[in-house]
Amino acid sequence: MFEHLSDRLEGVFDKLKRKGALRDEDVAAALREVRVALLEADVALPVVKDLVAAVRESATGREAMRGVNPGQQVVKIVHDRLVETLGAEAAGIDLAGEPPVAIVMVGLQGSGKTTSTAKIARWLQGRAGGGKVLMASLDVRRPAAQRQLAVLGEQAGVAVLDAIMGELPVQIARRAMDRARKTGIDAVLLDTAGRLHLDDESMEEAARVREASGAREVLLVADAMTGQDAVNVASAFKERVGVTGIVMTRVDGDARGGAALSMRAVTGCPIKLMGTGEALDALEAFHPERVAGRILGMGDVVSLVEKAAETIEREDAERFRRKFEKGRSFDLDDMRVQLGQLRKMGGMDGLLGLLPGVAKARKQMAAARVDDAVLGRQEAILSSMTPGERRDPRIVHASRKRRIAAGSGVRVQDVNRLLKQFQEMNGMMKKVRKMGGKGRLPAGMGTPGAGGMPGQAGIEEMARNLKLPPGLKF
Amino acid sequence: MSEEGWLSRLRAGLDRSSGRFTRSIGAIFAGRRLDDGALEELEEILIAGDLGVATAAALTGELAGKRFDGEVTGEEVRAHLAERIAGILAPLARPLEPDPDRKPHVVLVMGVNGVGKTTTIGKLAGHFAERDRKAVLAAGDTFRAAAIEQLQVWGRRTGCAVVAGKRGDDAAGLAYGALETARDGRADLLFIDTAGRLHNKDGLMAELRKIVRVLGKLDGTAPHDRILVLDATTGQNAHAQVEAFRDMCGVTGLVVTKLDGSARGGVIVGLADRFGLPIHAVGVGEGPDDLRPFDAGAFARSLMGLS
Repeated sequence: MFEHLSDRLEGVFDKLKRKGALRDEDVAAALREVRVALLEADVALPVVKDLVAAVRESATGREAMRGVNPGQQVVKIVHDRLVETLGAEAAGIDLAGEPPVAIVMVGLQGSGKTTSTAKIARWLQGRAGGGKVLMASLDVRRPAAQRQLAVLGEQAGVAVLDAIMGELPVQIARRAMDRARKTGIDAVLLDTAGRLHLDDESMEEAARVREASGAREVLLVADAMTGQDAVNVASAFKERVGVTGIVMTRVDGDARGGAALSMRAVTGCPIKLMGTGEALDALEAFHPERVAGRILGMGDVVSLVEKAAETIEREDAERFRRKFEKGRSFDLDDMRVQLGQLRKMGGMDGLLGLLPGVAKARKQMAAARVDDAVLGRQEAILSSMTPGERRDPRIVHASRKRRIAAGSGVRVQDVNRLLKQFQEMNGMMKKVRKMGGKGRLPAGMGTPGAGGMPGQAGIEEMARNLKLPPGLKF
Repeated sequence: MSEEGWLSRLRAGLDRSSGRFTRSIGAIFAGRRLDDGALEELEEILIAGDLGVATAAALTGELAGKRFDGEVTGEEVRAHLAERIAGILAPLARPLEPDPDRKPHVVLVMGVNGVGKTTTIGKLAGHFAERDRKAVLAAGDTFRAAAIEQLQVWGRRTGCAVVAGKRGDDAAGLAYGALETARDGRADLLFIDTAGRLHNKDGLMAELRKIVRVLGKLDGTAPHDRILVLDATTGQNAHAQVEAFRDMCGVTGLVVTKLDGSARGGVIVGLADRFGLPIHAVGVGEGPDDLRPFDAGAFARSLMGLS
């Protein structure tokens, strides 16, 4: 989402880093770039102005700090300000009060309300100690909107209020709350019709739904690709319906996502959740600290570590760690496990998006044509080997290579390339061991093209060493 | 619905934004010369209209080079900008013109999620059905829950046949079958709906290319029109969308939806400048006949708050 912005700022601050002291003209030059970058990222103009002014005031005349280069100093100031604007900490969904608790979903047409409704319902119901959830579609206008929610309910395993032809939104809301009270439902999600106009009539309808349901939470669903209009949308919903939180959708797109910054700044409402994919489990908490870090190209290392922890099976990790510590050699089975883990963590692109210095690495990857298709082929090659071959790749000679190539639908050269990569990885593992786990990741650990994968050891390394330099090179 | 009715509604839709434009530009130039500060403010106002930094800078740059004698009024500046914007957009205002000799003329409709692809197809089908052109609709969005049902509702409304499979079906296979059906039935037009997809998802984009490839097996020239639907509320990401869909499937034209919403749709200007793709139609309302030909002059003047 924020890659382009961090890309751009990385370029600016790279220039600054090379200079010795923080001079006024350095700050001015950096801020010009910051301003353009933020505007190109669709951050609303008033928000950009505030941000730039605050940073200028804070940076100018500040004494150069010892041991910190001027670039880092400006980065820190911009970062702090971004965090402040995005909100200091993550905010959850308010479920306080006598059940059933109502949550009203509002937003413009096509912002992703219905999908987000199902995601949130599924998430609420699946939490430890989470109660029963009911969803109801109040969209009586778009053809098949109610049907869409019913299908999603089935997929998510969440109850959906049956539709009655000709019923008005407020009536549906009342019926949903009635049903919830009678059947012991804890939370009710009300999916309202998408609005096109920020006009009185449709806003009033949403306000009436809020009133009828007694909802404490009104979540505005907003597309991360929204342009400068984001501020108008957010303030209109805030004023007229009383929005209490924002859900950003399509964060998995490549939009620079300035809308998040703008909406948060003009409404003061926290961004509570973000949609990160089409699958119903693609919903994440919004963490301002991390997003601000990502904006500045400092990487989303905390997210990466958490994601890795969820994804990597404990046993695999444990097995790998034991092997690694004992100094036993790393075999092709390990490589295969790592490839699988990499895919689960969202493939190369998903993973790289979380890492510092990604903008450059991504370009290199694109240039080197390293993509998820390559990972898939490598997995296929490994799957076409016998367990014996994976344990001891030295036995893989010409005829075995031909068989493996035929079995996985690749050329013999591809098998060779994989074996060579494996050797390089193995060599690197030894180097890491010699380094005794201190310091940074060895060069080449991050990209399979260069020969390595970030394994559990590497990730733990990163977790211990959160003060990675912004320009971590792969 | 008369043309007049559409224009006044477009103007009403743009009123929110153009009102601000008018006030702010008026405020800058009231009794002032066109100095650097004024130009910078003007540039910012254009940026706030989603025109993008580059386009805004280019337009203001021209204004700086233009000699206004002494005092300039806000109205003069607006008129000048409207003229320039209309000049950029006018050559691109081209309605969809299916070739009557093709049976059918195949129109592939694509875009990111939630931009209004299915609705656009419904409205286009209605437009051609009214003119006695036989259209077949292919429910190629086999991913989104109830997308097929949504298109079927449009089929009933417009009296067009709908070729549909079930959710999860291969969209390319469905498109192939639909082309056979449309061809056998001597239909004039085939509209193919597709699932919304983010343009940075390579796998999903490859699926789209597969649809194009498979259609080409039945008719080497199909799909004849490859329309990208854009949401007027989208900001600068619209550039990335056009670029990605163009590279993958060769976009031949744009439809811009939700233009009567609160957004200004200013990103169109930057897109026109950069890609030069025809704008076939704009969505200006929620009714079935609210998809209209794009009128560059009216759009530009409305954008700048001029009647």
